Amino acid sequence: MTTLSIEKLCVEVADQQILDDVSLEVSSGQVHAVMGPNGSGKSTLSNAIMGKPGYRVTSGSITLDGKDLLPLPTWERAKAGLFLAMQYPTEVPGVSLRETLELALQARGKTDIDVTSRLLEEAVQIGLSPELLDRPVNVDLSGGEKKRNETAQLAVLEAEIAVLDELDSGLDIDALRSCAERIETMTDSGLGVLCITHYHRLLDYLPADQVHVLVDGRIVETGGPDLAQDLETNGYARFLRSDVESEGVTVSIDGLGASKKAPNSSSDDPFADPLV
Amino acid sequence: MTATRTSLFQLPNGGQSVGSSAFLERRNNAAQRADEAGLPSFEEEIWRYTPIADLDVSKYELGAPGGSLLDFGLTNGVDENAAAVIHIVDGQVVSISVHDEAVTVLTDGTEFENLIGSVMRTGPDVFSDYNFAYCSASIVIHIASNAVIAGPVLIRQHTTTEGLAWFPRVMVDLGENSEATVVEHQTSPDIDALVCPVTELKVHQAGRLQYLTVQEHGPRTWQIATQMAEIDRDAHLAVSQIALGGEYARARIDIKMAGQGSSGDISSVYFGRADAQHDFRTFQRHNAPHTNSNLLFKGVLDDRSRAIYTGLIRIEPDAADVNAYQTNRTLKLSEEAWAESVPNLEIENNDVRCSHASAVGPIDQDQRFYLESRGVPEDIAEALVVRGFFADVLDQLPVATISDAANTRISELLALEGPGQQR
Repeated sequence: MTTLSIEKLCVEVADQQILDDVSLEVSSGQVHAVMGPNGSGKSTLSNAIMGKPGYRVTSGSITLDGKDLLPLPTWERAKAGLFLAMQYPTEVPGVSLRETLELALQARGKTDIDVTSRLLEEAVQIGLSPELLDRPVNVDLSGGEKKRNETAQLAVLEAEIAVLDELDSGLDIDALRSCAERIETMTDSGLGVLCITHYHRLLDYLPADQVHVLVDGRIVETGGPDLAQDLETNGYARFLRSDVESEGVTVSIDGLGASKKAPNSSSDDPFADPLV
Repeated sequence: MTATRTSLFQLPNGGQSVGSSAFLERRNNAAQRADEAGLPSFEEEIWRYTPIADLDVSKYELGAPGGSLLDFGLTNGVDENAAAVIHIVDGQVVSISVHDEAVTVLTDGTEFENLIGSVMRTGPDVFSDYNFAYCSASIVIHIASNAVIAGPVLIRQHTTTEGLAWFPRVMVDLGENSEATVVEHQTSPDIDALVCPVTELKVHQAGRLQYLTVQEHGPRTWQIATQMAEIDRDAHLAVSQIALGGEYARARIDIKMAGQGSSGDISSVYFGRADAQHDFRTFQRHNAPHTNSNLLFKGVLDDRSRAIYTGLIRIEPDAADVNAYQTNRTLKLSEEAWAESVPNLEIENNDVRCSHASAVGPIDQDQRFYLESRGVPEDIAEALVVRGFFADVLDQLPVATISDAANTRISELLALEGPGQQR
């Protein structure tokens, strides 16, 4: 049993506070969804968990089975059992996927895994063309292929807790189903999942035990699977109160979703991840 | 000849140039030009940023007893399939073996004298003139017309003697409609020596030549190299470099698209460590219409190493319908590393497509984070990103054995950097 525990987490990016007092806990076999509108801090949460440079934790804690992850570099967090499936997986020219996974497994002392055959099995299972495994990491893969590739890596690396940062973005419905169902199978054998998403549809195939609503960097509500359904129907409007103002940002509501504009900001979305 | 003339280099006792009187006169003229010119100054643009002022030629002597080749380095194993293997140590030819009847290796005679200096009639600098004056183991490789040479011609030029200055010289004459690969491998151990190689390449009509230089000098060796090429009608030349060593390693690479429809590629991977300094000066000269050239350089600098790149694309008035590209990318692994990149264009014709791109920066943090997020330790992730950065150049090199060896060597060099330096 492994538990990822996030307590009262506050995170700054480029001196701007993005996450405020976020707490949640994911254990083996569980699926927790974090849902929220654009710019609510979802990607910041996943990057902070994985220790991406530029994401500064100002207070709070992230622990895995009680072990403090914050002082650890990214690779040691992965070694401890975390996996981040990225929203936009980075292309790494000239670097072989196989070698990357072999080196990653070597670093965590798992030398008995045959990466080549495992990758092939996973690729076949989730509909990723095996010849794409010979490409340099993510190079010239379509958005959907990249997400399938992330899913295959998650399986081969045998992570304990997976953070899925908008796994559903860029995926067609078939790819979504095969990736989500594969991950659902992994949860049966103990994988814990923190699933960050805009939409309900991923959760149709990867049912969440708990749903957290993240708005303006705060978790504003936590509930069961019904909450995701409610968001699908009613959007985030009820969480975006126009009388709530922070740092000069005005919030307005339009019919389906919410759009926020900072009148004096050059950026369209003041909550957009400044590092992306 | 002026009586008061003094050469920067003195031939050793008993040292004697051989050849016809006309050839000796040409060599003497080159010596005279060089003596009169004297050493260059870093105030000259072409020597800007260099440590040329630190060069004290008086500590070097011409001529050495010669040694043996101990370490084949990156060309280990290339011999098996080679069309010819030539070993030259400390300015003396040790062995020549030729395994392909279309390949002729000349070291003297009329044809030799006619070909040496036929591409580079006068040197662009004092070191190439001194090269002609004092080259002691010049090699002309002649490849017959209409021949396809499967294996590479391999020339190993090894420097073993502390305090030696010598002037390797190679001329490749590729016959019409022929195809060949030539590898020049410069090596030295950890000695203070001065090596000034000159390479002349003549690619006759419709010929296809690949010329790869592998530079693995020791950390105290100076290299001042000049390569000059002339490409005839419809012919193609690819010159490439793997440069891993030297205290100051300069390569001037000057290719001329002389015949219409000709094309030339120049590529390089270089790696600087400790206090090493790489210096590349490239010239893409388009003298004829319908010609193409493409340059791709990739360098990685660690520690306090430095790199200079200056490149000129020159398009003459008659050269219409020209494509000429130039890209130099440098990765700095350390704050103290330093790089300067200066591209120049001189275009005298309107019908051209030209571009140059140059970038100096740290390694891609997103790539590194991606690999680390899989669980690859940070130093290994950095090494992978660096190797990946070199991959497109290495993959295009003509001899796969050497590309693989270079890849392995670069990995070793990166692993030696020690664990996880946060930068």
